[in-house]
Amino acid sequence: MASDTHTGNSSAQRPSGAAAASEFAIELIKINKSFGPVHANKDIDLAIRRGSVHGIVGENGAGKSTLMSILYGFYTADSGEIRVDGTPHSITDSRHALALGIGMVHQHFMLVDNFSILENVVLGVEDNALLGPSLTRARKELVRLAKEYRLDVDPDAIIEDVSVGTQQRVEILKALYRGAEVLILDEPTGVLTPSEADDLFRVLNELRDQGKTIILITHKLREIMAITDYVSVMRQGEMVATLKTADTNPGEIAELMVGRRVLLRVEKGPATPGEVFLSVENLVVKDDLGITRVKDVSFTVRSGEIVGIAGVAGNGQSELLESVSGMRDQSSGTVRLKGHPLSLEGDDGAHRAREAGLAHVPEDRQRMGLVTAFEEWENAILGYQGDDAYGKGWILDIDAARAIARQRIEQFDIRPANERLKTANFSGGNQQKIVLAREMSSNPDVLIVGQPTRGVDIGAIEFIHNQIIKMRDAGKAILLVSVELDEIRSLADRILVMFDGHIVGEADPATATEGELGLMMAGISDKTAAAPAVAEGKTK
Amino acid sequence: MSALRPLPRWADILLLPIINLVLAFVISGLVVLAIGQNPLAALEAIVGGAFGSGYNIGYTLYYSTNFIFTGLAVAVAAHAGLFNIGGNGQAYIAGLGVILVALPLQFLPWWVTFPIAILAGAAVGGFWAFIPGWLQAKRGSHVVITTIMFNFIAAAIMVYMVVNVLKPAGVLAPESAMIDPAGRMPKLGTFIPWFRNTDVNFTLLLALLCLVGVYVLVWHTRFGYTMRALGHNPTATTYAGISNSRTIMIVMTLSGALAGMVAVNQIVGVQYRLVLDYVADAGFVGIAVALMGRNHPIGILFAALLFGALYQGGNELQYVIPGLSKEMVVVIQALVILFTGAMEGMFRPGLQRAFMLFSPAQKAEAEARNVAKSES
Repeated sequence: MASDTHTGNSSAQRPSGAAAASEFAIELIKINKSFGPVHANKDIDLAIRRGSVHGIVGENGAGKSTLMSILYGFYTADSGEIRVDGTPHSITDSRHALALGIGMVHQHFMLVDNFSILENVVLGVEDNALLGPSLTRARKELVRLAKEYRLDVDPDAIIEDVSVGTQQRVEILKALYRGAEVLILDEPTGVLTPSEADDLFRVLNELRDQGKTIILITHKLREIMAITDYVSVMRQGEMVATLKTADTNPGEIAELMVGRRVLLRVEKGPATPGEVFLSVENLVVKDDLGITRVKDVSFTVRSGEIVGIAGVAGNGQSELLESVSGMRDQSSGTVRLKGHPLSLEGDDGAHRAREAGLAHVPEDRQRMGLVTAFEEWENAILGYQGDDAYGKGWILDIDAARAIARQRIEQFDIRPANERLKTANFSGGNQQKIVLAREMSSNPDVLIVGQPTRGVDIGAIEFIHNQIIKMRDAGKAILLVSVELDEIRSLADRILVMFDGHIVGEADPATATEGELGLMMAGISDKTAAAPAVAEGKTK
Repeated sequence: MSALRPLPRWADILLLPIINLVLAFVISGLVVLAIGQNPLAALEAIVGGAFGSGYNIGYTLYYSTNFIFTGLAVAVAAHAGLFNIGGNGQAYIAGLGVILVALPLQFLPWWVTFPIAILAGAAVGGFWAFIPGWLQAKRGSHVVITTIMFNFIAAAIMVYMVVNVLKPAGVLAPESAMIDPAGRMPKLGTFIPWFRNTDVNFTLLLALLCLVGVYVLVWHTRFGYTMRALGHNPTATTYAGISNSRTIMIVMTLSGALAGMVAVNQIVGVQYRLVLDYVADAGFVGIAVALMGRNHPIGILFAALLFGALYQGGNELQYVIPGLSKEMVVVIQALVILFTGAMEGMFRPGLQRAFMLFSPAQKAEAEARNVAKSES
């Protein structure tokens, strides 16, 4: 396989700008890649036109990331050919990819937190042992890039002090500084607020206009429609279509992704709210740094209804969830379940919350909801490992736990259906199903759900939404927090909007427009003054 | 070529350590050669010294007993994500508990004293590890730092206790009074002539029991589940409502109690009195044993046997080949620790490649490709 390598002089071979040999910046021809029995990429053909934004969509596990990892040199294809500017290359590692002008912005940033932006840009490509000249050169280059692509950053700001959006910008600058002509972005908006995402799109447009080629991996059809010129759809390791974005629509793309028509709107009957199951009174919560993030919040959730909390990420929703579920101590306030106050103090507060009948699907499944190094069945009992179903006394009944895990795998259609597989090897959507299956199976009175479909493919989204509605119709009280406004609007029976630690308003999803909610989420409009009174009026 | 696949389990836990071990011996051989001795003769002396006769094996097992305890102590903590470097101090101070029950009870038969001494050693060793555990759980002081410091505190306390409190009047050597011969536990040599005149004793059986016990604890109990969860992801345990501080304190106590069993082996089993520095750095060897044994009881058993053999074989080496001092053995031990512990993963990528070349799946795939090529 090494015979067709042209590594010797790769950067010199790269044609620049108009002198390009091919109209395609990247061509992938008959790429195949297997991991054991899993055929992750099957005969993939893909041509990326120079100077375009090319979206790649597909469900989790469709093979998008594998394909991009092959292009970026993380994996080597089992067979197939990669052409960069019309010349075949065998890309052996990411350094090689960079030398060919291919840069990648990962979903999880690869930055040194306590370095300045400038230092992060230079890291790994210093000219020589003395740092001074490299930094001077990089500073000049950053000014030029900032001007050319309107990518302004303060070179001396420390990474941990700047916003996630800026950190992503630094990742883009890093790639450009290394001479990237082709930029791969992996789920770039997953961590961004809506305004940061808009900003990113503006930058991407600018880059495209300057002749760069952008490959955008995403789940979100709206982004595909908004920014891309072409879109390629992958399904189960195969490339099913490449379309001109202008000639298609979200429905068609969604259908191609899952191979059948999906309902982007959730079908649900009217809510039949019963008695108050969860009531939160005057809750105040501080974060790890001692900053008050939840400020005197009160609300109730009734049996048989879904209350959605909308808001831009970072306005106290995470702390609210963590506090109500017993993970984080509250500074003051009361949480009642069916009228009984919950005692949630201490680092085992979540255990007492569960015992009282409050289940929690956390916002961040990998960091909180799962031990990814565990086998699937071990995660299926996390938080319930003390239950009688899983053994007598001290002993853990492994056979019983596995049997129950198998049952749930079938019930929730978790794939692959193997309870002995390491949890890290499941796709995002299936990991979320593992958490959901566990929390729903405990038959709680109150279910708290944070970001239920973050990083989850469309097929699984539909399933998860239907499960949540099934819980509601079974008379459970459901508190839903999501940064996806669409999700809140289609699932919730009542919407509370959170801004700067306060609940600033309540809305009826049937009548509230996106514009009204957006204004409340931004904390502007004259409603802010009146809204807290409204919210409290309803809860008391 | 494709991404490196994980090694089969047997290669991971057996083949890789053996390759590392062989390399350590090869380099040790070069060192021996460099100082003008015959490496094969040295190897023969070490192996013969460790396994040559019942006498040699008895001593090898005696050393291994200590290393099983300290290796388990490190492993139990490691499963919960804690690095207990204080096995030495915990093993040392546990001697205080052991001697303080063994001396007053010396008029009782040994099979009564033995279990009580075990409990006393476990209690004191456990307590000595509980304090750093409590400090980490409640005050956030890192156990690596505190357990190291507690090693020094233990050493100072023991010197004071032996010299100023436990040393009988009129005895010159810094040691406690001897346990009455009638109350001493017989060594295994009394029952098994093969082991005659060696120090291996019933504590070896206790060590084997502890291996089984730790296996059951870690993989078959609810508490083992929570400690492994904590070791992998402390945020997930908080989410699950498992008290991390409680788990940390219990795990550290268990770890210290296991280390404390070294005191039982030494005082009740061998010395019949409390002497200074009887731990002989077994606590630190335990770190290497746990590393090499992958924190699994079976791995720890073999690693402890290896280090026991190295200790015993090394002791013999200096008598067989006068040109090689005991320090030479320390060099070999250090190389073994270096290759099996610190550089344990060095050969992994190469081995993974080798395995993929010869794996049946890979072969079938390559054949399928060839067929596809010739057909098209």
